Amino acid sequence: MNAIPLNFFLLVAAVLFAIGVAGVLVRRNALVILMSIELMLNAVNLTFITFAAKWQALDGQLFVFFIMAVAAAEVAVGLAVIISVFRLRGTVHVDEINLLKG
Amino acid sequence: MIPILFFFFAGLAIASALLMVTHKNPVYCAIFLIITFFALAGLYFLLGAQFLSVVQVIIYAGAIMVLFVFVIMLLNLSEEVRLPAGRRLQSGFGIVFAAILGVQLLVIAAAGTRVFGRLSGDTPVSGTVERLGAALFSTYLYPFEIASVLLLTGIVGAIILGSKKLPKEQ
Amino acid sequence: MLHDLMPILLLFAVSAILGVAILILTNLFGPSRPNPVKLSTYESGKIPIGGPRIRFSIRFYIIAMLFVLFDIELVFFYPWAVVYRQYLSLGSFIFWEMILFIGLLLVGYFYAWKKGALEWE
Repeated sequence: MNAIPLNFFLLVAAVLFAIGVAGVLVRRNALVILMSIELMLNAVNLTFITFAAKWQALDGQLFVFFIMAVAAAEVAVGLAVIISVFRLRGTVHVDEINLLKG
Repeated sequence: MIPILFFFFAGLAIASALLMVTHKNPVYCAIFLIITFFALAGLYFLLGAQFLSVVQVIIYAGAIMVLFVFVIMLLNLSEEVRLPAGRRLQSGFGIVFAAILGVQLLVIAAAGTRVFGRLSGDTPVSGTVERLGAALFSTYLYPFEIASVLLLTGIVGAIILGSKKLPKEQ
Repeated sequence: MLHDLMPILLLFAVSAILGVAILILTNLFGPSRPNPVKLSTYESGKIPIGGPRIRFSIRFYIIAMLFVLFDIELVFFYPWAVVYRQYLSLGSFIFWEMILFIGLLLVGYFYAWKKGALEWE
């Protein structure tokens, strides 16, 4: 057996995405939540590349390329937001950042 | 050979992702996330996306994680305190929701063995730099230019947020 | 495809195995007789003051962030450089495309410069 079913790759992506969702919902540290979001983005990237292999088209891979550029910009701004919050409030725990809560 | 590599990379990715989500110390979370990114680069490689697997290592495992580790050092974070007792409902909801989502995705993914086909030994589509470049500068020219605007926005936003003097510090 | 790139895989495997093996073997065979003097930061020098975990200046973050964003720009250069000669026969638009791309990012660079993000004070 020299061939992996392509849906095995989709399975890995699904598991990684679920782990990322669990991380966003369970963790309280804003940095780790951002890391979990990165994990979810990567799971989606894996799905894109799997379907690029399935349909023999490069469009999926180009999408991943652009997603990576977006992810870098997102991380730069997101971490700047976290730093601002930390300088203002002295914490990055999302439970304590609740000034907007009515 | 390919099945061995696949199961190695997939297992590595899932195991280190689980450790990333469950570890208390953010520095270890970052290290495990780097391992996940490397394993995903291996999976990209198996799927015939050579260039993207290199870019994954350069951008994610290199640049983005450098940024994360910098911020961890910058904030001098201690270990995360466990959830207060009153938040059991929230964490329970989170775990149940993620489990439902995971099972749904697994069912969808496992149902389609004949729908999706197999990855043959000779790679189906080869994402070499030439072919990606040819597509990038013909069909995807406009997104490429927009990407530079996006990066410009990122630079401006991060500088404004990062270099703002707070009233406390003046 | 995979056979062409087997040397790279071999390189990764060898370096990973070498790193792990060195870590494990030094722990197994190296003598470990610690005492407080040996464990201090400077064994025969200054007595350290304070802990190692101090907070860094936010300047470091700005520099690292600029590095990341220009790193992305560099990654976009690779495919461009590979197809440049092939596309040049169709006209010079591929040259001006990249000039536009770089120009937009130069705006960001000069913005960072003007805002003093590159200066250390």
